[in-house]
Amino acid sequence: MRDREEPLETTREAGAPAVELRGIDKRFGAVHASRDVSLAVAPGTIHGIVGENGAGKSTLMSILYGFYRADRGDIRIAGRTVEIAGSEDAIAAGIGMVHQHFMLVDTFTVVENVILGAEGGSLLASGTARARGELERLAREYALEVPPDARVGDLPVGLQQRVEILKALYRGADILILDEPTGTLMPQEADHLFRILRRLRAQGKTVILITHKLREIMAATDRVSVMRGGRMVAHRDTAATTVAELAELMVGRRVLLQVEKGPARPGPELLAVERLSVRDERGASRVRDVSFNVRAGEIVGIAGVAGNGQGELLEALAGLHPAAGGRILLAGEPVSSGGPHRRRRGLAHVPEDRRRMGLVLPFEARESAILGYHDDVRYRRAGLLDWDAVSRDTEAKMISFDVRPADPRRITAAFSGGNQQKLVLAREIERDPLVLLVGQPTRGVDIGAIEFIHRRLVAMRDAGKAILLVSSELDEIMGLSDRILVMFGGVVAGELPADRATERALGLLMAGAGPGAGAANEARRAS
Amino acid sequence: MSAVATGPAAGLPRWAVVGLLPVLNLLAAFAVSGLIVVLIGESPWDAVRILVWGAFGFEEAIGYTLFYATSFIFTGLAVAVAFHCGLFNIGGEGQAYIGGLGMALVCLHLDFLPFALIVPAAVIGAALFGAAWAFVPAWLQAHRGSHVVITTIMFNFIAASVMVYLLVNVMSRPGSMEPESRDFAPHARLPLMHDVLAAVGIDVAASPLNLSFLWALVCSAGVWLYIWHTRAGYRLRTAGASPPAARYGGISPPREIVVAMLVSGALAGCMSLNELMGVQHRLVLEFTAGFGFAGIAVALMGRGHPVGIILASVLFGALYQGGAELSFEVPRITRDMVVAIQGLVILFAGALEFMFVPVVRAVLARRSGG
Repeated sequence: MRDREEPLETTREAGAPAVELRGIDKRFGAVHASRDVSLAVAPGTIHGIVGENGAGKSTLMSILYGFYRADRGDIRIAGRTVEIAGSEDAIAAGIGMVHQHFMLVDTFTVVENVILGAEGGSLLASGTARARGELERLAREYALEVPPDARVGDLPVGLQQRVEILKALYRGADILILDEPTGTLMPQEADHLFRILRRLRAQGKTVILITHKLREIMAATDRVSVMRGGRMVAHRDTAATTVAELAELMVGRRVLLQVEKGPARPGPELLAVERLSVRDERGASRVRDVSFNVRAGEIVGIAGVAGNGQGELLEALAGLHPAAGGRILLAGEPVSSGGPHRRRRGLAHVPEDRRRMGLVLPFEARESAILGYHDDVRYRRAGLLDWDAVSRDTEAKMISFDVRPADPRRITAAFSGGNQQKLVLAREIERDPLVLLVGQPTRGVDIGAIEFIHRRLVAMRDAGKAILLVSSELDEIMGLSDRILVMFGGVVAGELPADRATERALGLLMAGAGPGAGAANEARRAS
Repeated sequence: MSAVATGPAAGLPRWAVVGLLPVLNLLAAFAVSGLIVVLIGESPWDAVRILVWGAFGFEEAIGYTLFYATSFIFTGLAVAVAFHCGLFNIGGEGQAYIGGLGMALVCLHLDFLPFALIVPAAVIGAALFGAAWAFVPAWLQAHRGSHVVITTIMFNFIAASVMVYLLVNVMSRPGSMEPESRDFAPHARLPLMHDVLAAVGIDVAASPLNLSFLWALVCSAGVWLYIWHTRAGYRLRTAGASPPAARYGGISPPREIVVAMLVSGALAGCMSLNELMGVQHRLVLEFTAGFGFAGIAVALMGRGHPVGIILASVLFGALYQGGAELSFEVPRITRDMVVAIQGLVILFAGALEFMFVPVVRAVLARRSGG
């Protein structure tokens, strides 16, 4: 496998960048996605690329990996100009890519996935045998242990990502591109990933890390390039820059990274959950015996690795999942089943998955903006839907939540992630509910919009509302919450006041290693 | 209008999707049809001339074209309503057939009612029976996940068998071998349009075009209002576009599936008003004659919008009527040939709906880029 790449190694000019892009320009119709972008990545370094959604990071990497062809510009690998017309060319040039959404076949084993596309010979056996040996070597060299015969679908996300990295290395990649690699990882897994990346660097590999998480840039990279609006706006040595500077470069103005909020002034209890249990469609227990409350004027955060019951808890509270046991009290009154009734009584819900659940993507914005409130008399005239009233109302909400463009007739799917999320929040918050359930409020949302959303949530808290926040971003949980609950295996594994919560303490609870984790582990095994 | 299309035609402006693509599809169908006509040694230009003349060239022809169009409007609307709820109702044929049974039962057994009452009663009978025939597949889809495409196809066969049994064994005239019911009483028939117009002093040539054409237009307006301007239509479209979002919004997708199929079946059932109550004046075997299936192509071509469906129905009506004229004038172009041309239109407008999307996209991109 490695012999194939040898010529490249020998022709490497001393001091030439591992990857050099010169004047890359790319248009998609009216969209100018890359504007005269230049980038040089030194060999044996970890190079970060940051930018907001739509800044052109992914387009640039897709050009480098051969998914798109640039309209203008050169690509040089180790000092030589190369033509990259497809991903085969990229692989041949020693470039490997780990996509944000893994390109793995769930029902195949690790070995089968690794040799996919490089089977070698018409009989599988020879290829698998060679792959097995090679995998062992790679595992030793880079601390990339993965059980070779495990079905990929059975592996946790962190290990699946390792399989992706192994796939790239198996094909002889010297330059590894990772696109938002930590989006689905828990903190410990992310740390392990960064150790692997440093190991790769030590072995002379070049790593390009695309992310919007500035903290990761600071922790893992040697150098960082910032993109904005299709342009490369700055290159910095990581050691010589700060998170604040990078954020400002990304957004083009000063950004508040820390959520600004005063101390909470908790009032009466607005939401109480008593011994709530939830089962999924197949009858498996997802939430068991969970009790907590949220008071007026406070934000309670629920941390946890995805799939530990937070999602089901949120949906059960919203009335989308029937509770298998326990009670839910809204302002002291027990709520009956049925989501819409809860909505009428002042419970608003921003679902975790806005694209699937919070919005109807093929609908116009104004149609998405009345979802759940379509029976409101304000939107009715002579028994019919009063679209003029809906339009006016939607436009007002869009302006108040800075949804761009503020066009109520634009198709929902055409808005960016941040603007879609602001539309959902506008719909739910402008109703002035007592209790707001909010799941992953800033997933896939730009820094500028994150700041805006966080400010609105804090303002809502200060107006005396109760907010229950579920998020997989520890920064967000720690920045917004007044109290933090950690869920593991369907139970609350621990509760911390925000001022005493550290990333390490939360991480341990999230991994089921905190105090009281024994019970949670047992619960997990039982289900 | 800032709306853009989603799906395979995503990103194209609305005028291109609604106007340009159907026209391109139609031209492609006619081009291939023309080739076939050339292959059998006839002039395609003459064929087009005769076809258009046969469909629109004289008053009687226009009457026939609109008569056929009426049936297409009903079955096209039926498919469109289900489609807005994400359902592919292939069962228009069976629903129309059973709708005819409901309508005939009213006309045969409630004919003591005066004309002013028997007409609405017949409409209700047709709609109710059509809806009932759609209910079982709808319920199975909503609550058991049985795919509505499969079940409605099966229900077409069941409908056909039931009607043969009823017409042969139960409803045929005493002493007759014909598998058809007795004639409806004269006041249990829909007036023909030329009679109605003559009554108000407008003289047009006789054709089978009858009052159900106006009912088809009323239904079109009703569907437009229902789908886009009522809360019920909003619920139906939401359930069709995204079941999880519907549940989140307090809308029950199973309930919407049943409602959509009932409305769809009722519309299909109304097709029988045109054919039986308007023209045949008795219940006969296989009066649906494929109109239920053609409704799928009509709805696709009309983009699920009533205005589009009316236009597509007139086109299909013209193909039927003009095609009949064509096979009469040019014996070498047989009736089957005309069916083949209709099939090509269905193929290009329906199955190959998005074939020209890349071309249109490229042309538009070049225009806006340069």
